[in-house]
Amino acid sequence: MLCDICGKNQATVHLTEIIDDQMNELHLCEACAREKSAQMENQFGLSDLLAGLADFEKPEAEKEAVGLKCPNCKLTYADFKKIGRLGCGECYVTFKKYLAPLLKRIHGSSQHFGKSPLKTKTGVAKKKIDLLEELRSKLQKAIEEEAFEEAARLRDQIREAEKKQQDNNTEKENKNET
Amino acid sequence: MKLDDLLNHTSEWLRGTGPNSDIVISSRIRLARNLEKFAFPHWADQKEGEEILRLIADATSKCDYLKSTTNFRLSDLELLDKQFLVERHLMSREHAQKTDHKAVIIDTEEVISIMVNEEDHLRVQVMQSGFNIYEAWNIINKIDDCLAKELPFAFLADWGYLTACPTNTGTGMRGSVMLHLPALVMTRQIDRVLAAISKLSFTTRGLYGEGTQASGNFFQISNQVSLGQSEEEIIENINGLIRQIIEQENQARVALLGRNGAVLEDRVNRSLGILKNARIINSQETVELLSMVRLGSDLGMIKDIDRRIINELFIVTQPAHLQKIMQKKLSAQERDMKRAQIIREKLKI
Repeated sequence: MLCDICGKNQATVHLTEIIDDQMNELHLCEACAREKSAQMENQFGLSDLLAGLADFEKPEAEKEAVGLKCPNCKLTYADFKKIGRLGCGECYVTFKKYLAPLLKRIHGSSQHFGKSPLKTKTGVAKKKIDLLEELRSKLQKAIEEEAFEEAARLRDQIREAEKKQQDNNTEKENKNET
Repeated sequence: MKLDDLLNHTSEWLRGTGPNSDIVISSRIRLARNLEKFAFPHWADQKEGEEILRLIADATSKCDYLKSTTNFRLSDLELLDKQFLVERHLMSREHAQKTDHKAVIIDTEEVISIMVNEEDHLRVQVMQSGFNIYEAWNIINKIDDCLAKELPFAFLADWGYLTACPTNTGTGMRGSVMLHLPALVMTRQIDRVLAAISKLSFTTRGLYGEGTQASGNFFQISNQVSLGQSEEEIIENINGLIRQIIEQENQARVALLGRNGAVLEDRVNRSLGILKNARIINSQETVELLSMVRLGSDLGMIKDIDRRIINELFIVTQPAHLQKIMQKKLSAQERDMKRAQIIREKLKI
């Protein structure tokens, strides 16, 4: 079978395309397939999907966000919307307000519960670690050492601390509203 | 280690051993990590890209768990070598396409691979044969701790590890299990199973990774959510889901055997017959027939072919592998002939 696009080379790649519910089969040679796949990426990439997710309910908020620029890597919020990728770790701080609802939509949560890089040499990551983080790291260690009683105790402490933090946040929000 | 050494070596994940290795081919975990302050690879300039390569090479050389690894700069590799690594699941297709300031670090057993400057500064991957996701986590967790001692990872207490794409933020973890589900496909139950999987926020891909169609009854199932659950929870969820799918596949196999065992046995042996005799065969047909032979071997219909050989054939019959074996570029038709020859040789009893 010859390639559907160039009609010269043997078709070795078989592609099924769905456009507006219409299924279309293409048989392509390697060179044409490569080109086609690059085209398709441009047509519809993850960035469109993410940008859609990040759309704002209020147009004013969007205007405000688009002007924001990360002081570390100079990526603007408009760049992020266009390419669907952030520029550096600091972007998460710069665009925090707008990323929180996006993360919630993607993951169904905006709170990390996994491990943390506690042992960094530079200590840069340590700056941001509060009581809760300290407890989590102790828990991780207890689990590693198989000290399960200690782990259970720490887990309860963490739950309590999380609840407190949550209550504080709601209180703050309530205050802001009044 | 030289890249060509891998040619005569069976990857860890193809050994065909480990728990439930009749249905589960391999278990894999990857972690996405980035360095503080540095721009993510797509946004970094040349100088930053080089600096990241240097920092990561330095850090990996200090880590005890990475003693037996080799660091390959992609700019030093031929196109064919890169395709070869993609086919062995040691790096992604995307990583192979652009070569600037990129590297891949691989251990001799092909358990560990680290892509440097792919979408994130680091993409650490650990693979295990069979249903062994906990062991994969144990290994990767230690590597991660070890690297974290040397490298300042971008991290926020609220949002975890920060990644170029917000879909990976949090644990930065993706656990994947590769399953062979011929009976669920043949009994037409697979759509129902896949629909249920996607409702539970898991994704399904084909044998050859992202963006590929499921072929030869192989399905790769991974978690989608990386924020809001701990690594252990994510792994437990994958584990629970995979257990159920294994159970369903086993039931479907029993049903197939009960309903028309002779028909199945006929199909298995016809597949083996073609593989043993074909002179020209393309990769699609190869994968489909090998899938049937693998099922036949699982069910005891074919006794004299080691599962490891079948697993290996899935990999060595791919285009870059054929060309590496021949040490030259082959046209599609030459490949189809070489493929048939290698299959005949490997299946000769």
